[in-house]
Amino acid sequence: MVVPSKVLYVDLSRRRFWTEDWGDLFEAYLGGASVGIRLLMDECPKGVDPFDPDNPIILVVGPLTGLYPLASKTVAFFKSPLTGNLGESYAGGRSAVSIRLAGYGAIVIRGASRTPIYLAIHGRRVYFRNASGIWGMRSTYTVGRIIRELEPGAGLRTIMRIGVAGEKLVRYANVVTETYRHFGRLGLGAVFGSKKLKAVIVSGRSGIPVRNPKEFRKVYREIYEKAVTTSLMRKYYELGTSMNIMPLNELGALPTRNLRDARFEMGSNLSGEELARKFLGRRVACTHCPVACIHLAALREPYPDEPYFYKTTMIPYDYEPLYALGSMLGIGDVEGWLRLMDEVESLGLDAMSTGVALAWATEAYEGGLIGPEETMGVELSWGRADAYIQAVRLIVRQPNEFYRTLGMGVEKASEVYGGREFALAFGGLEMPGYHTGPLAYVGFMTGGRHSHLDSAGYSYDQKFLGKGLPDPEEAGKLIFREEAWRQVLNSLVVCLFARKIYDAETVSKALKAVGVERSPEELEKLGVSTLRLRHEFKAREGFDPKGLRIPRRILETRSPHGRIDPEYLRKAVETYFREAGTSGGLG
Amino acid sequence: MTLQHVARRVAVVDVNRCVGCQLCMFACSRKKGFGGFSKSAIMVRSVGGFERGFTVIVCRACPDPPCVKVCPTDALRPREGGGVLVDHAECIGCGNCVEACPVRAIFWDDEAQKPNVCVYCGECVQYCPHGVLALEEVSPW
Repeated sequence: MVVPSKVLYVDLSRRRFWTEDWGDLFEAYLGGASVGIRLLMDECPKGVDPFDPDNPIILVVGPLTGLYPLASKTVAFFKSPLTGNLGESYAGGRSAVSIRLAGYGAIVIRGASRTPIYLAIHGRRVYFRNASGIWGMRSTYTVGRIIRELEPGAGLRTIMRIGVAGEKLVRYANVVTETYRHFGRLGLGAVFGSKKLKAVIVSGRSGIPVRNPKEFRKVYREIYEKAVTTSLMRKYYELGTSMNIMPLNELGALPTRNLRDARFEMGSNLSGEELARKFLGRRVACTHCPVACIHLAALREPYPDEPYFYKTTMIPYDYEPLYALGSMLGIGDVEGWLRLMDEVESLGLDAMSTGVALAWATEAYEGGLIGPEETMGVELSWGRADAYIQAVRLIVRQPNEFYRTLGMGVEKASEVYGGREFALAFGGLEMPGYHTGPLAYVGFMTGGRHSHLDSAGYSYDQKFLGKGLPDPEEAGKLIFREEAWRQVLNSLVVCLFARKIYDAETVSKALKAVGVERSPEELEKLGVSTLRLRHEFKAREGFDPKGLRIPRRILETRSPHGRIDPEYLRKAVETYFREAGTSGGLG
Repeated sequence: MTLQHVARRVAVVDVNRCVGCQLCMFACSRKKGFGGFSKSAIMVRSVGGFERGFTVIVCRACPDPPCVKVCPTDALRPREGGGVLVDHAECIGCGNCVEACPVRAIFWDDEAQKPNVCVYCGECVQYCPHGVLALEEVSPW
């Protein structure tokens, strides 16, 4: 079998495991997103509560994993406790290569344990390990450190773990892997927590035979050269994604103080340039990625109680967390931002949702919708990193109804406390950092997982600057086509930062060299069918485009394309869903 | 110009530049026609977590290789100028060499039940994007 097709099933309730070969499924649909959504359709009972043991966790890799550079991602499928619908999340680190070289195309985790455990998967051997001694541990860093010592396979393994946020079922808790990469956004960490699953470690070092080794080496070289010698990936390997801060801020597209503004007067403090100059301590890479986009800031801090006593903490920075925990909260003091980021990382929260939730809470606090009683005395106020650090801890600890609700996301919190018009979530997911124009929002509303990475509307907005927007029908179609093609990349599963390298021709050639025949046209068809299936799943679980809410705030604050016209959004969204085969537009 | 035999080795010239991408490990297996790591004779792992950086383990072509001394079938022979040469046909897969190497630079191929020993070809060097590795002459101090 050229395509990895063995599926490891683990039943946490009965503490059993077995493998099945799904050759036909993987042959037909390659892997990743395409196989994952089909497994989810099958595994996830209709209408299941996301915290029910029957909600599966499905991890899938693809046909290029372990073979080509930048095929570095694993996709996780599950039902999201944040949106109550499709859960789909991507992470790199060593996850993908470890899963494939352990011998698997996918891992399906069912059931729930009664006591805290972690799973150790070393090739064909699978162990249920007691995790009661690491449950409730303060920091995801420490959990990683302990498991590193306990388990074999250094350099050949992934350690996916949750923080206290996942244990406490915060709906936007993430799963951390290799300390700095995340299955973020849709609450996979909380699903782990609901299963009392603290971590999953996978190790393997098998070989992958290929049909045509000579051609394989040749195509590999071409892809490698494109990645390291052309400008296709420059922004990721120089300043990293944080290089977006300056241009988006200048454009007036950087959401600031809960999007009351789209320019942050202290934006340059948070810029990639500034962070590199003052803090960049190390760059690291996911397995099989020459780019090394993971930028780590070295924060050196003195201890107040002992002279000449310092600690240095390595804290990851990227554009999205800089937006959500920075400009969105009015934090222009970088050290404050780094400390807040470190807290969010230690606890295992999604940085974007956390920031957007706190931004809503700050505005609600200012407007008197909530008061010190709700916040338990925390003075939520723009720019106050220390107050936000306290609030983050309380979101995880959940000592009262307010923080419990805030831990359910901004959609829910605004339902209970008001402030809907400035609760910035789409389809139940807190918004990403792009107030670039209407296409970004069309993408947030329509995308299968309501992510900016579904269809990159923000990128189209920027392309159309100065040229005028396409009419809304065309915009809807454009967003659909982009999302459909991304289903192919997500089936392989390559990093979306490498999307310019993996065009249809290159993908076809890369597959052929290892023994998989797929024409560019066949690939495109696979993308469309996969995207339609995602929407079929979403409809099955109760998603209705008519229920989509446009928060008034996005219409009030000027974007680089001027004020956003809700009519444009409605028409584009309607067209998109017509393309997707599910009827209806916004209500 | 007379061509002299020059013993080369893969040198880790600056481990602080290593980002942990493991492209060298893939290059090594790929040279033998495989994806994945089963044939790799070089290894990259973190020094206790990604935040602390990485260590790169590869045969340093030592002048008096201990692996040679424990091979029961003489499948491993010293190479002129440092390092070893392997005759896979003679190797019975006992694994003594893996244990004998103090830098743990001999890796085990589970699928073939044979050791992976660096052949000093420099393929990995060509795929190191950040200047960690170099092919250089073995030079005694």
